[in-house]
Amino acid sequence: MERKTNINAENGKQELVITREFDLPVELLFKAYEEPGIVEQWMGTKVLKLESKKHGSYEFQTSDAQGNVVFQANGVIHEFSRNRKITRTFEMENTPYGVQLEVYEFEKLSDDTSKLTIHVIYESVVQRDQVLKLPFARGINMAHDRIQEIADKLKP
Amino acid sequence: MNLRRDVFQAIADPTRRAILLLVASGSMTAGAIAENFETARPTVSKHLHILAECQLLGQEQKGREMYYHINAKKMKDVADFIEPFRAMWDERFNALETIMKDYKSTV
Repeated sequence: MERKTNINAENGKQELVITREFDLPVELLFKAYEEPGIVEQWMGTKVLKLESKKHGSYEFQTSDAQGNVVFQANGVIHEFSRNRKITRTFEMENTPYGVQLEVYEFEKLSDDTSKLTIHVIYESVVQRDQVLKLPFARGINMAHDRIQEIADKLKP
Repeated sequence: MNLRRDVFQAIADPTRRAILLLVASGSMTAGAIAENFETARPTVSKHLHILAECQLLGQEQKGREMYYHINAKKMKDVADFIEPFRAMWDERFNALETIMKDYKSTV
């Protein structure tokens, strides 16, 4: 399958750039970031709060099947320009990854296509590299859970 | 994980990245590599040592000379490092696209 999402993370820098082109008008792409109910669907997290406006704030929370909170994040919105730009902070609570600054730029390519560029700046090079490695760790945990599940089924 | 971080520290240095590019074209002696840089020979040796230590470069003794070659497998690990992160975002954005296409058709 074609790679639509690109990540540019230069070595030794405390930032990265994520770019993605969508088969969506820019208005719909922006809405996916603006409406709490839609964010919940594609981010796979509960949106406790999302004030889509300048100086607004937001809170995300994800729980496992047992109801334990496994992910909690929050941030404040610095700039909110509809269909154009969002600047916000993002912090994963109870982690050593610090606060990151995120600049989202929404661009119209044609009536039906658009482009999103996310510039993320971390507190340090080390923190950026730790965040980049997170999906690795998650993948390993999921594999372990799966093994545990299979092992549990084998028990008499 | 520690070894991995060392790899990224190793390639964070511009001289070391230049050495990797140079050696990618074929195995070379330390002397031949040093000729391509204005930095002092001991400095180049130090860079070669770091690259060899984190296995980005392999070493092979031929007669009296030590030849350095690129370790393709390790270089691939470096390139793959970012892939799970990219795949995670690609998946999320695919979901976003699907959801918004449905949204469009219901409006």
